[in-house]
Amino acid sequence: MSTTPHLDREILTTLKDVMESDFMLLIETFVTDSRERIRNLHELVPQGDAEVIRRAAHSFKGSSSNIGASRLAELCSQIEVQALTGNLDIIPELLAEAEVEFTRVTTLLQEFIAVG
Amino acid sequence: MSESRSLTILVADDTDSDRLILETIVRKEGHRVISAKDGLEAVAAYEQERPDIVLLDALMPGLDGFGAARRIKELAGESLVPIIFLTSLTDTDSLVKCLDAGGDDFLSKPYNRVILQAKIKSFNRMREMHATMLAQRDQIARHNEQFLQEQAVAKQVFDNVAHSGCLDASNVRYYLSSLAIFNGDVMVAAMRPSGSMMVLLGDFTGHGLPAAIGAMPLAATFYGMVHKGFSMTDILREINGKLKTILPLGFFCCATMIDMNFEKRRMKVWNGGLPDCFIYRKDDLSIVPVRSTHLPLGVLPNKSFKDDCEHYELAVGDRFFMWSDGIHEARDSTGEMFGEERLRAVFERNRQPEKAFDEILGSVQEFIGGGEKNDDLSLLEIVMDEPHKVDSVARETIFRRYSSLAEWDMCFEIKPTSFHAFDPLPLLLNVLMEVPGLRNYSGTLYTIMAELYSNALEHGVLKLDSAMKDTPEGFTRYYQEREARLREVSAGYIRIHLQHSTSPGGGRLTIRVEDSGEGFDKSNCSAEGLSNSQYSGRGLALVDKLCDSVRYLGKGNEVEAVFSWVNDD
Repeated sequence: MSTTPHLDREILTTLKDVMESDFMLLIETFVTDSRERIRNLHELVPQGDAEVIRRAAHSFKGSSSNIGASRLAELCSQIEVQALTGNLDIIPELLAEAEVEFTRVTTLLQEFIAVG
Repeated sequence: MSESRSLTILVADDTDSDRLILETIVRKEGHRVISAKDGLEAVAAYEQERPDIVLLDALMPGLDGFGAARRIKELAGESLVPIIFLTSLTDTDSLVKCLDAGGDDFLSKPYNRVILQAKIKSFNRMREMHATMLAQRDQIARHNEQFLQEQAVAKQVFDNVAHSGCLDASNVRYYLSSLAIFNGDVMVAAMRPSGSMMVLLGDFTGHGLPAAIGAMPLAATFYGMVHKGFSMTDILREINGKLKTILPLGFFCCATMIDMNFEKRRMKVWNGGLPDCFIYRKDDLSIVPVRSTHLPLGVLPNKSFKDDCEHYELAVGDRFFMWSDGIHEARDSTGEMFGEERLRAVFERNRQPEKAFDEILGSVQEFIGGGEKNDDLSLLEIVMDEPHKVDSVARETIFRRYSSLAEWDMCFEIKPTSFHAFDPLPLLLNVLMEVPGLRNYSGTLYTIMAELYSNALEHGVLKLDSAMKDTPEGFTRYYQEREARLREVSAGYIRIHLQHSTSPGGGRLTIRVEDSGEGFDKSNCSAEGLSNSQYSGRGLALVDKLCDSVRYLGKGNEVEAVFSWVNDD
């Protein structure tokens, strides 16, 4: 099991300072966007186009890391690497893990907002 | 909020949350943000808004960041638009690909606000430097173009002033390099009214405009004075004084001036600072060097200026060569200079004097080799020729551009105090030369006026007896006496009346010279009576030959000469 934290509090705190009143909007945007990305990946994986999968995972990795969702970014990175090496069999398992992680991150983000 | 001005920054990212973060950071820095969701939108936004800096996500649907970067760099043309790639790519190949596409830097995810600020600032500095560089480059190009235009105009003015003389006369050959618009060398040549030829070669210190500026008054003074019959020393003094006044300290003009008298086969030379000139004798192919014995023009104030000249007898076919130090200092590929030894060797090898000019140029060019250009090389050759051969070519070029004077008369009176110090002839000849039809007769008119004036002065005012000149001893005494009386004269006058009228085919000039003397018995002194071989009579007989008529008026103290001219055109 990875020791990478679910949320990087430092990144989040910085973002909150920078975004000010837009912080809520950013979180909402990220959550909506990520939900769409996971749905999209679920569609792509059975089609078996490794490059398309890799790029989708890569983008997801970028946005996750920007928001401080470090473990989610790590899972995306694993999907990206497996797709790059053509090892598609293991991807559904990683995607399921990423989906669970995303749910967790969503909860944690809401908590973060609530605590302030 | 920062010390730099507000910029317009394009943010292109297909991920909404990433774009939102960047937009917010950039806006908080006080910049204006334009957003794009993919590569095509980014290119369109760039075209429309021309942002100062572009932040570009590498992977985007449609046109990706690499493609968008290429298009934006094309659109930007010469101006520098920094493109910073936003990327979570970390492998070397991908980063290299970003730079190959025209990216200037990366920003890794997760974004770091401080680093982004620093990059925007740093790229803005680079952008401003580039813009300044372009503006200055354009300014330099404009200045250079203007400079060349000005030089072209100045060269035309200069050519009009400097080359209006008789450099193209049949007995003159010259080489003046045209590589630089102004190389600091000046050549002027003109015929005196007496029919002798004056030539001056000058080499100004420096190049370009400062050198050419000095050449203008030099040429203007030279032509103005030579045509009016001034002597070489007068002309040198005038030029020296002008240059001394005009040129800044440390600027001067090395020059050689000659007065070649074809009638008497003599030459006067003044060399101030130029290399030895050569007289090349036709008979024995020997060289007589003429050294510089003076300081250049424009160095000394006129009161300490030395105008003594060297005199040489020349035979028809003898040649005079003068040059600037460009020949001596011409360098070959190893940097060695041509030098005087090699120049002398050219003459030693020469067998046909008329080819010497070409052989000199040929040797120098061969010595220099193909690559180098000799942009400061001036060479002049003047040949002693028969007077009639020189005159026909040169005369036409003497007077070209004066306004015309047709019908007029004037009276000029010289008072006692002026007899000793003032020669009225150049001044009066100057007036006559304003009449276009008389310009070709300046030599003749000078002779007539000189004879009439000296008769009036010597016999009328100074009361010298021309009979004194009948013996050689008396001749000398006559002139000693003339000097003595001239210093002491305190009474008398000479009035010179000039009257000119035109006719359809030409014109008529009447010269009447009246003096304060007692006159003489005209019956003894008709023009015919003077045409014998007496010393004293030679002058007036000559006047009679040159004029339509000469007659004496009043008590013999007034003489009137009529000179008619016909228009050849």
